[in-house]
Amino acid sequence: MSAFLSYLIHGISLGCGFALVASGIIIIYRVTRVVNLAQGMFAVVAGFSAASLLDIGLPHVLAESVAIGAAAAVGVLTGYVAVGKRGTNPQASLIVTLGVGIFCYAFEVLIWGDQPRSFAGLAGSYEFFGVDVPKQYLLVTPITVLVFVALELFFERTYAGKAMTACASNPYAAALQGIGVLRMSLYGFGLGGALGGVAGVLLTPLHPISYDSDVSLFVNGFAAAILAGLKRPVLALAGGLLLGVAESMVAGYSKASYQSALALLLTLAILLVQAMRRETLHAVEES
Amino acid sequence: MIRVEDLIVRYGAATALDGVSLSVARGEKVALIGANGAGKSTLLNALSGMVPKAAGTIRLGGRFAHVPEGRQLFFDLTVDDNLRLGAFRLRERNPAWIYEFLPELGRLRRQKAGSLSGGQQQMVALGRGLMAEPDVLAIDEMSLGLAPIIVQRLAERLSELNRQRGLTLLLVEQSARVALSLCDRAYVLETGRIVTQGSAAQLSDSPFVVAAYLGSPVQEAS
Repeated sequence: MSAFLSYLIHGISLGCGFALVASGIIIIYRVTRVVNLAQGMFAVVAGFSAASLLDIGLPHVLAESVAIGAAAAVGVLTGYVAVGKRGTNPQASLIVTLGVGIFCYAFEVLIWGDQPRSFAGLAGSYEFFGVDVPKQYLLVTPITVLVFVALELFFERTYAGKAMTACASNPYAAALQGIGVLRMSLYGFGLGGALGGVAGVLLTPLHPISYDSDVSLFVNGFAAAILAGLKRPVLALAGGLLLGVAESMVAGYSKASYQSALALLLTLAILLVQAMRRETLHAVEES
Repeated sequence: MIRVEDLIVRYGAATALDGVSLSVARGEKVALIGANGAGKSTLLNALSGMVPKAAGTIRLGGRFAHVPEGRQLFFDLTVDDNLRLGAFRLRERNPAWIYEFLPELGRLRRQKAGSLSGGQQQMVALGRGLMAEPDVLAIDEMSLGLAPIIVQRLAERLSELNRQRGLTLLLVEQSARVALSLCDRAYVLETGRIVTQGSAAQLSDSPFVVAAYLGSPVQEAS
């Protein structure tokens, strides 16, 4: 029972991180139709930045906030490179984001080295039904929920959120209304960067990150995003939690190495089901 | 209100508009008539800055709103959101007057635009264009795919705005019959050039226009 509870709490925290990465992928996809393969890199940049800022004596909260800001700025830069040139199609932009992600490895190794880094999060732990739960685990969930509530309010209640949705829905019509589609795309990348950054600063105290941690973060985030149908960030929360808990259980009760395979298998299964459903729809339409 | 001189627009090697010149005065109702591919929509896109011009000049003497072909609504958003986004460039974004002017939209305000019928969507597109408080409203293919009764209703509303607010109307229509019954003047485009122009009465009697676009004489709209 205590092992199960321990895996569950670990899985929920992990899933929150995946959900944050996934929400960034979804927001960028919604606004630009580009699957941002550099999404995991934003979390890595934020994690490394927070560790460095804490090392030079910045207090917690400020260090994490600056690190999230840095990830947002890197997001805007990535967006500018990927979609800044008028007429770039989403497939080409996708490849550009892959290139940006790999290019950033060089910077990350240059600045922070090639060894995993971490920093101390919230100290101490609580006991739940005989299980010691570090406070940092308990911090991840409410912050993630708050971020998702803020995102939902932003897209459903604010004019800027509606304008971003309009760009995703019909870029031509959005431009006709005077909405700067490129500007909104960059805002989308900035927001995606910030969300990746939140994931980075929350997860780094739990799991040390290295320059290539972006791959596993992206794979898991993408699986959660696909589970959410790449539509609403709030659905990614459910997708991320499901994936996080499943991976934690697999790692706990089976082998840890199966953990990363699960996200890939899940992504593959969902893509196959979607492709089959699309084929069925085409067949129905043609008949 | 609108003055276009020697406008040339190219898509790669293809010339879509080839030396088009036209003028529209404040409060006029002017139609652009022509077959598919004549360059009518390209002309509107050039006026709204959506396609770059290769040569020529465009002068707009006021706020210009463009209701594009196919309505182009934001299907994922509600009718109310669609209308409010029409006023993106303005501070005032309250669509209350649109609901008074087009009462049919009032009861649809919370519905997603993608769930509406063609006629309702056209009304939202028209309302969204009007939310920009334009001096010139350009409408691309208003009648396409709509029942004549709906076209008639929309035409009445537009004439009302033209009379009451002095709104200048520029209508792009494949249906010359609709265009000539609603507008004072028209230009006829063929393969990117203006081939003839005149008052609605003159063009309705023109053997060329009758043979190419009408088939039988036009009846004046109320």
